[in-house]
Amino acid sequence: MGEIAIKVENLTKCFGSGETKNCAVKNVSLDIYYGEMLYIVGPTGSGKTTFLSLISGVLKPDSGKVFIKNQDIWSFNTDELARFRLNHIGFVFQDYHLFPRLTALENAAIPLILKGISWNEALKIAREKLMMAQLPEIKYELPAYKLSGGEQQRVAIARALAGDPDILALDEPTAALDGDTGKKVITLIKNNLLNPNRAILVITHDARIFEDATRIVHMEDGVIKETTLNEIR
Amino acid sequence: MNLKGLSNIAIKLLTGDPGKLFTLVMGVGFAVFLMLQMTSTFFGVIAKSGSTIYDTGADMWVMDRSVDNSKDNIPLPDYVLDYARSLPGVEYAAPIYVGGGTVKLPDGKYQAVDIVGLDDVSLMGRPIMIQGNINDIYSSYAFIAIKDADLRKLGNVKIGSTFEVNDHKGVIVGFAKNPMSGLFGNPTLYTTYTRATEDLPTTRFTMSYVLLKIKNKKYIPQIKKAISKLGYRAMTSQEFTKVNAHFYMFKTGFGMNVLIMTLVSFIVGLSIAGQTFYAFVLENLEKFGALKAIGATRKELIYIIVLQAISVGFIGYGIGVLLASLMIGLGHLRIPNFAAMLGYGNMLGALVMVITIVAFASFLGVRKVLSVEAFEVFRG
Repeated sequence: MGEIAIKVENLTKCFGSGETKNCAVKNVSLDIYYGEMLYIVGPTGSGKTTFLSLISGVLKPDSGKVFIKNQDIWSFNTDELARFRLNHIGFVFQDYHLFPRLTALENAAIPLILKGISWNEALKIAREKLMMAQLPEIKYELPAYKLSGGEQQRVAIARALAGDPDILALDEPTAALDGDTGKKVITLIKNNLLNPNRAILVITHDARIFEDATRIVHMEDGVIKETTLNEIR
Repeated sequence: MNLKGLSNIAIKLLTGDPGKLFTLVMGVGFAVFLMLQMTSTFFGVIAKSGSTIYDTGADMWVMDRSVDNSKDNIPLPDYVLDYARSLPGVEYAAPIYVGGGTVKLPDGKYQAVDIVGLDDVSLMGRPIMIQGNINDIYSSYAFIAIKDADLRKLGNVKIGSTFEVNDHKGVIVGFAKNPMSGLFGNPTLYTTYTRATEDLPTTRFTMSYVLLKIKNKKYIPQIKKAISKLGYRAMTSQEFTKVNAHFYMFKTGFGMNVLIMTLVSFIVGLSIAGQTFYAFVLENLEKFGALKAIGATRKELIYIIVLQAISVGFIGYGIGVLLASLMIGLGHLRIPNFAAMLGYGNMLGALVMVITIVAFASFLGVRKVLSVEAFEVFRG
């Protein structure tokens, strides 16, 4: 294990109030390390998406702290936190959330544009990232809506990688893909994107890819029930 | 903030779907078109209502205090003319008769006409001759007809054509034009003041107005004061035009109705454009949520949305102005007495409307995008 990438202390997040109050994450603590590919698994409603949102700085916890690079991310204001995410966390959403009318290249370049990199330079870097995500070059100039699910997934990965983040957060990366494509995507992530300076967090239901995890955190009813350490392959 | 990069993203998002862009800009375009049509018609009609004032070209007008529009014909006693002539600052003053008559047509039908009687000596307020000689106005029974869209109502008149006006003989001795035709669709005949007042039924007094040519603008307050002391009113042409416009706007019902229609066009435009743009933002809401999650700041999101709204607004404005110009131009070519006048004032008004629409649409879009939780994109 490398250094601690994310330190989670007593995180709690509840929704609703009174009789309808439901705590999705209850007093969870966890250390996540650089160089590991951590899976967060569990049944629907177990709190894994909420947990990923809390630790990646997109959902504010009711209590508890999240430290990334020794900084309490929830002490930042909205814009500071946005910039922190931009510089340190890459996201791959379940539905990809690409802009359908932008080309694959332009979609992948968005984080770079937000970072202030010039348009042409951003497209140049995005091209490298798309190459890394193994999207066929012929697809680079196509608008996202013309790409298949697997291709869109690769563009989303390239976009997440564009800013060279320390942490990659992937939400159900194989959910919309057939078994073969899903396996290829996970293999790509593990072999090409995981490195000693990066932690990769994956939410998944897909048992077929469990073998690729470094560690698996099983959540149920908002708490971590079990942590499984896989053999390093 | 990477303005160039963000601008590229904003514009590409906007133009990526030509169908939606077309709907957006046409929404604004039609709102602008509607408003320009309404205001152009409104201002055109108001301008035409004051055509007598404009066409006469006098510096100042002296009239009865009760006059509130140029069609009012409240006769003035002759001493008003003498008094006006005696005032310092008045270069010369001339009477004018503005009234109506009835022409008997060759087919036995009657046609109402506007008759202007020009001062016999100076012919002050004369129209621009296009056929015949102005001096022919002094010949027996002479009338000069204004050659505009309304002239055909008198039949196929030529120089030398005779007719009956208020049971008196009339002869067309020439044709002239005025910079602006009248509002009410009557043919206009010019004759001398003497003939007008002799041939047409009048009250004891005969002068409709006294027209003044002044030496210098500095005398205007002095002249007004002096005329006021006499119990009458003097106004500059511009002031009289305003009084006349005020009359048609607020005392005839016409103005308020057109203003209400203009307001309706504004509200319709605002709704169409606002809703269309809002729908566009809603369609991309999840994507904006993703941008937020990735790390876009509030300022960057606001910039993207406002830039899109401004682009839509100004393209739509251009389309609206173009459509309105084409329509109004075509109207002037094809429709006699077409009143609409497209001026800088209308266009400025429409621009203000577009800015309001842009601000409104941006406000709706920004409010929605800023309120979306980045967390929502994780939930799919």
